[in-house]
Amino acid sequence: MVAWKKLKITVSETENTLYRDSFEIEGGNFNKAGIVSTSIKSLLKQMGLAAEVVRKCAIVCYESEINVVSYARKGVVNLTVNAETVLIEVVDEGPGIPNIDLAMQQGYSTADQKIREMGFGAGMGLHNINSYSDAFNISSEVGKGARLLMTINISNTNKK
Amino acid sequence: MNLETIVKELGLEVRCASENLKNNVTGGYTGDLLSDVIANSHEGYIWITRQVHQNIVAVASLKEHAGVILINSCEPTQETLEKARQEKIPIMVSSMPAFELTGKIYNLLGIKD
Repeated sequence: MVAWKKLKITVSETENTLYRDSFEIEGGNFNKAGIVSTSIKSLLKQMGLAAEVVRKCAIVCYESEINVVSYARKGVVNLTVNAETVLIEVVDEGPGIPNIDLAMQQGYSTADQKIREMGFGAGMGLHNINSYSDAFNISSEVGKGARLLMTINISNTNKK
Repeated sequence: MNLETIVKELGLEVRCASENLKNNVTGGYTGDLLSDVIANSHEGYIWITRQVHQNIVAVASLKEHAGVILINSCEPTQETLEKARQEKIPIMVSSMPAFELTGKIYNLLGIKD
């Protein structure tokens, strides 16, 4: 069963866009893991978004960032804040995900021993991203990379 | 209850950010899997863990934990201390194992200041 939502969303700048920025993530560097998420969290806080919205964004951002650091060569987070939603797009250059259904299963992980010893790679990342997003789209091309798109609603209309 | 009370009651050793011991502790979470902690802990929690590397600071900071306690006399790495100072996250060390420490804190939090 596919528990996650496949929604076609395109990120494009509209007149509703309040803020847009991109942040680079370095693959393999655990010393810097979390820096992008922390910056984005501070930014959203400064914009005055509700604590619950900031919390959700921080979690999905952090999990995505850890995935890029763990598996990819590099990645970029594109943050778009509209009047009603926060869109977080994470695109990486890396091995990609051969079986997305399997990767979405809680507990499934391809992490190596080094990653697991640090407390990552428990197979919870994508699951967490899905639970904390109001909409989640994931696509991947093996050998090229993966793209995640998370939408967090600012209004409470679709609160999880 | 604030961190200072927990530190005194349980004889914890504070390794950094001692200026933030007034942080209010609203609950706690024990775990070494960072995604588990991210998903299930909340703001104001004290986090009890065996992990000592610097990524614990990012997690504690993102989740706005009151502080982190390392069990079994495990010491934070230098990088962890530096980051925790920057982020003002108190890191404490206990000689107790996770089960015992968690139980004691759980009981303490049940008592009103």
